[in-house]
Parts: sequence; C-alpha cells; structure tokens
Amino acid sequence: MMVADFPLWPDQASTFAADVDNLYIFLILVTGAVSVGVFLTIFYFAIKFRRRPENELAQEYEPPHMLEAAWIVIPSIIFMGIFVWGSWLYFHLARVPDDALDIYATGKQWMWKFQHPTGQREINTLHVPVNRPVKITMASEDVIHSLYFPYFRTKADVLPSRYRTMWFQAKQTGRFHIFCAEYCGTLHSGMIGWVEVMEPAEYQKWLAGGTEGSLASQGEQLFQKFACHTCHTNDATGRGPVLLGLYGRDIALSDDTTVKADDNYIRESILMPQAKLAKGFQPIMPTFQGQMSEEDLIKLLAYVKSLASSQPTAPAAVTKGAPQ
Amino acid sequence: MSSATLHDVRLSGAATGRNYFNEEYGALSWFFTKDHKRIAILYLISVSIMFVLGGFFAMMMRIELLTPQGDLLTSDTYNKFFTLHGVVMIFFFLIPVVPAILGNFILPLQLGAKDLAFPKINLLSWYLYMLAAAVGLIVIVNGGVDTGWTFYTPFSTQYSNTHVFGTTFAGFIAGFSSILTGFNFIVTIHRMRAPGLTWYRLPLFVWALYAASIVMLLATPVLAITLVMLMIERTIGVGFFDPALGGDPLLYQHMFWFYSHPAVYIMILPAMGVASDVVAAFTRKKIFGYRFVAYSSLAIAFLGFLVWAHHMFVAGISVYSAMIFAFLSFFVAVPSAIKVFNWTATLYRASVSWQTPMMYILGFIGLFTIGGVTGLFLAALGLDIHVHDTYFVVAHFHYVMVGGTVMAYLAGIHYWWPKITGRMYPEWWARLAALLVFVGFNLTFFPQFILGYVGMPRRYHAYAPEFQVLNVLSTAGASVLAVGYLLPIIYLVWSIWFGRPAGRNPWGAVGLEWTTSSPPPKENFHETPVVTWDAYDYPAMMKAMGESQNV
Repeated sequence: MMVADFPLWPDQASTFAADVDNLYIFLILVTGAVSVGVFLTIFYFAIKFRRRPENELAQEYEPPHMLEAAWIVIPSIIFMGIFVWGSWLYFHLARVPDDALDIYATGKQWMWKFQHPTGQREINTLHVPVNRPVKITMASEDVIHSLYFPYFRTKADVLPSRYRTMWFQAKQTGRFHIFCAEYCGTLHSGMIGWVEVMEPAEYQKWLAGGTEGSLASQGEQLFQKFACHTCHTNDATGRGPVLLGLYGRDIALSDDTTVKADDNYIRESILMPQAKLAKGFQPIMPTFQGQMSEEDLIKLLAYVKSLASSQPTAPAAVTKGAPQ
Repeated sequence: MSSATLHDVRLSGAATGRNYFNEEYGALSWFFTKDHKRIAILYLISVSIMFVLGGFFAMMMRIELLTPQGDLLTSDTYNKFFTLHGVVMIFFFLIPVVPAILGNFILPLQLGAKDLAFPKINLLSWYLYMLAAAVGLIVIVNGGVDTGWTFYTPFSTQYSNTHVFGTTFAGFIAGFSSILTGFNFIVTIHRMRAPGLTWYRLPLFVWALYAASIVMLLATPVLAITLVMLMIERTIGVGFFDPALGGDPLLYQHMFWFYSHPAVYIMILPAMGVASDVVAAFTRKKIFGYRFVAYSSLAIAFLGFLVWAHHMFVAGISVYSAMIFAFLSFFVAVPSAIKVFNWTATLYRASVSWQTPMMYILGFIGLFTIGGVTGLFLAALGLDIHVHDTYFVVAHFHYVMVGGTVMAYLAGIHYWWPKITGRMYPEWWARLAALLVFVGFNLTFFPQFILGYVGMPRRYHAYAPEFQVLNVLSTAGASVLAVGYLLPIIYLVWSIWFGRPAGRNPWGAVGLEWTTSSPPPKENFHETPVVTWDAYDYPAMMKAMGESQNV
C-alpha cells in the first residue's frame, strides 16, 4: 500500500541514468552477496561455536593461510572491475557531445539563473528539449553551489572562480527536480527548481517567446555599452586584440607561452586582463572585476563566441608570434 | 588442566586495597594528576559530555526532518545545528574517544608500563582539549556557526556572518591535543614495552593505536595550517582561497581533505584495534592472521594519505586526477576487508561468548562491513556523481563512524569497565542496550542510503514531500538509538557504587592489563611483568598466569 512512497530510485529521465543505475544494482548485488555471506558466516560460527561450558577454551585450530591470499586477491580483482566501470561512466560524462545545445547557468545565493542562446532568461526553471544533448556552462556569483539533476543522475559543483561544464540528454518529457547539492548558506535547501523537458517543437515555440534578442546580440550591446569596441576595433589598428575568429584558437602570450582561448580564458581576460596578456599588446585594459554580473559575462562570452567563425579583415594581430 | 587454571584466575584478584582511585583525594589530585588512568577518566567525563551535546544537535535535526517543510527550527538554526553536530562529534568526540579514553587507560597496561612516556604532556593534551572545548562552547553560547564542519571557502571566509573564527580556532587547538597524544603513544610504544614484549607479541589494539598515532602526528598539522590560512583570509583578507583575491577555493578543499580524510582513519583504526582485542577475548582464541591484521592497520594509515581527493570528484578536478584518486580509494578498502575476513575466520572453532562487549563487536563487524562496501559505491566515479553530497554519503559515513567507531568504543568501554572501575555492570541491561543501539542505528541510517539514491541532498532544512516516509523512519530509529545510548550512561554510573566487584580478570581474558588488580594500583604493576607468550596465546598465558597465582 505504501510502495508508491518507497521509490528505490528516481525515474531514469536521461540517457545516462540507466548506466548509473546498472552499476548501482551490480554493486548492490555483489557487495550485498559478500556482506550477507559474512553476516551468515559470523552468525553461524558464533552460534555453533558458542561457549559451553563456561570456562571452555577455543580449539587449537588455524584455518589454512591460503585464505589470506584469497581474500586479498579476489576483492582486489572485483574492485578493479568496479573501478573500470565507474571510470568509464565518468569519462563518458566528461566528454560533451559536439552538437550539444549551449545553455548557461549562474548560481547565486539562493537561486539558479539560466540563459538560453536565443536570449531567454529564467530563474529556478530550465526548459530543455527532449532527446538532444544539452551542455550547461556555469559559474557562481558568490559561494560554491552544485547543480544537481537527480533524475538525470548528474551534478557538478558551480565555482565562483571559473566556468565549468556539464551535460545531459533528457529522454523523457516531464518536470524534474533541480537541487543545489553543495551547502551554500541560509536557504541552501530553498535553492531548488524544476527542469521542464519538452518536445522539440514545443521547445522551439517556447524559445520564440523571447523578446530581448539573442544572447550574442545582448552581448554585443554590452560590448558597446562598456566601450569595449573603442580598443577591440577588430582590425589591425586597435589597441586591443582582434576578437574575430579568436574563440577556440591558441593565443600567444606576452610571456611566450600559449593558451587556448576558451570560455575560462575569455572570462579571465575580462575580469583580470593582465593575468594572461596577449603578446604584442600593452597592459592597458581596465579590470571589470566586480563591475559585471555573471549574466553579463555570459552575454559577452556568447558574443565573443559568435565571432568565432568570422575572419578578421586584416592580418590577425592576435596571432603574432604564435608558433606555426 | 587449562580450564581449571582459568577458573582460578577468574576468582582471584578480587583484592580491594590501594588503587589509582583511592591513592589520593581531592579535586587538585585530579586536575594535576600525571597518572594516565586518571587522565583517561578526565577524558571519559569530558568526551561523554561532548557526545551528549552532539547528540542533542542530532536529535533536534531529526525532529525537524519529520516534516518536509521547515517548522521546528529556522533555516539558520538548522544550519548551525548540523554544523555544530559535525564539529562536536568529529573534533571533540570521534577523534579522541578511543585513543584518549581507552588508549590512555589501557595502552600502558597492555605494554606492562607504569605510564605513558610523557605523563605531563599527556595532561597538557587534556588541558588543550578542554581549552578547545571551552572556545567551542563560547562560540555556541554566542550564536554558533553555520558553515558545515568542512568550512568550505569562500562561504566560510567571505559570506558567513557567524563565528567561523572561533570555531576554527577551537579546531586548531583541539588539533594540538591530538598531535601530542599521537606523539606520546608512538614514543611509549617504542620505548616502554615490558621485557619480552616484542612487536609481534603486542595486542592488536596497540598496533592500531600506533597506526592511528602516526596519522595524528602527520596529518593534523596540515589541518592546523589550513585553518590558520582560513582565519587569516577571513580576518585580514589575504587571498589564499577567494578567487576575488586571486585565490583558489579548490585549494582549500585539497588542504582540508588532506587532513580530514586521514582523520577518518584516526577515528576508525583504534576502533578496529578494540574489535581485535574483544574478538580474541570472547572467542578465547588468537586472532587469525595476526600479522595481516597488524600490517593492515599500517597499510590503512599509509594509503589513507593518498585518497583525499575522492571527496572532490564533482568539485572540478581533472578527470585523470579523479581516476588516480578513485583507483587508490579502492586499494584502501583492501586492508579493511582483510580485517573483516580475519575476524570472521577467528570465530571458527572458537569458544564464542555472547557477553555484552562481543555483542557490540558482532554488531560492529556487520555495520562496518556495510559502511565499507558502500564506500565502494562512492569510489566508483560515475556513480559518485549522482550520490555525492546526498544522504547516501551521510549514511555511509555514519555506518563507518557510528556503526564502526561508536559500536567499538561501547564494546571497549564495557570490556575494560571492570578494569577501570573494579566493578561489573548489570549484564542484562547492557545486552538490552546493545540490542537497542543495533536496531536503532539501522533504522536511523539504512533509510538514508535509499533517501540519498532517490536524490535528497544533505544539509537540507526542508525537502521535497516524496522524501518524507524515509525521513520519518530515520527519526523513529534515532529515538530508539538515543535510548540505547542513554542506558549505558545510567547503568555504568550506577555500577561504580552498586556493581559487584569484578576481580582481576572477569572475562578470563589474556593480556597484561588483566594480570593486575582492578582497579589497578597507581603504578599499574607491583613488579614489572616479563612476557614470554604471544598476544592472545591462551594456553601459554593461562599457564603463566596460573603459575604466578600459585606463587
């Protein structure tokens, strides 16, 4: 009668969920069998060899010492099997599919903010299409949070220091929990929400409801507002590096190392421009630390990303001195 | 022959007379004592008070969690209670409980020594513990702390408005108490063994304390460094961990777990030592694979230093470092498995007594096994992503720390109580308490494994309604567990005045501690014992003890 109140695991709402549950069930069976075996053996021995009479000593008997080798080697082999299986899943989850839909998340005491490439913003609710990989790029505005989708069997800590990514592919439509899993202060248990998994057509319809323009175009407006364009003129005359075609490339730095222009590099170069200065440029850019919200950073990032496929009109100053 | 000798040993030694209790009187004779036995009693009283305090916070949380919405406590109070529950139970109960109470009392006795190597440092350890506890209590009275016992940055350094500095300062001081105890034990075990007591003749409790002491000595300073860095960042804003100041919050986690993972072995290793001694005594048999069990303690102490980042699999470390830490985490499980299998094998053709200490240890083996195998779930990387920071983790470490350490401590305190006080406790009540603790524990914590897998995160003041049934079960179990824990406090205290005299060796156990009177005299032994038998060598030791009785 109460069975419905005793779920043993949540619905398998992502492609990853069944893989995790299979390992879980395997581990329950193996460790359960070993544990029950140990318990029954202990119980059997403790009753069969119980003390009688009161001052009885134990029998002089030593079990064969080969047993030691057996219970060192056999568990080790089983452990290695579990290790390989668990690592395989972990690697699978670390590799984000190329065709994943880009969504951005910001954790903040005590809410989740999501931004879609088309410009929609939502708080504590995330709309995603079913059967399509979704990549979430996320950062925190304050303390460490952890974005947890129990029905998708995945979570990742959200850091204030840098972007992290996670991905999932929902395989059934519906409404599923979002929790914050890393303790973050007073309303930690209130930092919750829902992920709404929709049919692709419905998702498109939902996206069309947006009015503010795409994330990249919102980023472009900020680019103008913060007067970034006065130096990043996107031709060889600018005092700042050309941003066209920059995203994803290797950048030569003033200390003769190179760095890949990924999300975290763009973020750091806005917040702390002097940290990794591109070769051939003066350290004249002001810091935007504390002046720009995570959401604005994401918009700018989306804008810089949108320039990735464009080619600079003049020889790219930014790759000057890059190893060929 | 041997059984007749055994009987003689059990009846003799009921002598009353001079002992460490009645040697001197007055409060000052206790507060300035250098006697390891009296210091153990001081620890017994203070650690028990901290246990009741930590238990109070736990009970309040469990009552709050009866309903999905937050009603009994405010969010801030709830957050402070789980933080204080963790801080009190870990730094002031689990770390000192077995080494500082049972180890302090029993270690010199098992070595045939008059005291620890540095009796004054031993007293200093207790004063440091009390100072730390006093700072902790001042923090609690002034409003507490809400960071979780892990003090993760940047929450603890930049965002929490509670008494983070005071709490970490208390942890810092308590750490020195632990360092000094570990140092004292190591020197004592090396230098103070009785003639003939070679390393392989040592009881396994001594091996376990030795391994734990190494961890205390090497890991605890890192905690001290980490907490000092945290205090500096919080007060004067030097950016070690705060990204806004150029720091890295993950550095804090690495440093914190570099201590705090080995710290779980400080908590469980001595408990495993108690288990070995109790299994031997209540089977009247040498522990099967003595050397494997002894070396597995050292292996755990060593490997325990190499697995800290398994607390950080979803925190943002590289996949390759996660893989290495997962691999090593599986290996630290092997020596624990060795112990469980060896204890089990010892029962074969043994003379198994179902007296209270053994009941606790049989419970310990079962609960520790469940705690151990669920650690494998957490070490499996892909699975940890789902269960990390859920109630699955809470259940796992309570099975190890409460099902393991607390059960073994209760076994140990019942086993050595006649030696410590010279009195027997009422066996029927003790067995009832052991049963209540076992049943209550499982009812409290087993539902939490399921709760974690269905996705309830830890440290949640309010939760989704579908988690309620399991939470109610857990709270019901906690109330049974609370009764199980209160009973021993009552009947053990009662027995000090009303228990029947225990005599020298009520269990018919071997070990040097059972060759002296109960309670032991101030100098432990009237003459230095000479050891000619292996640990747990029942026939040989019975013969030797019988002969010494006949002289």
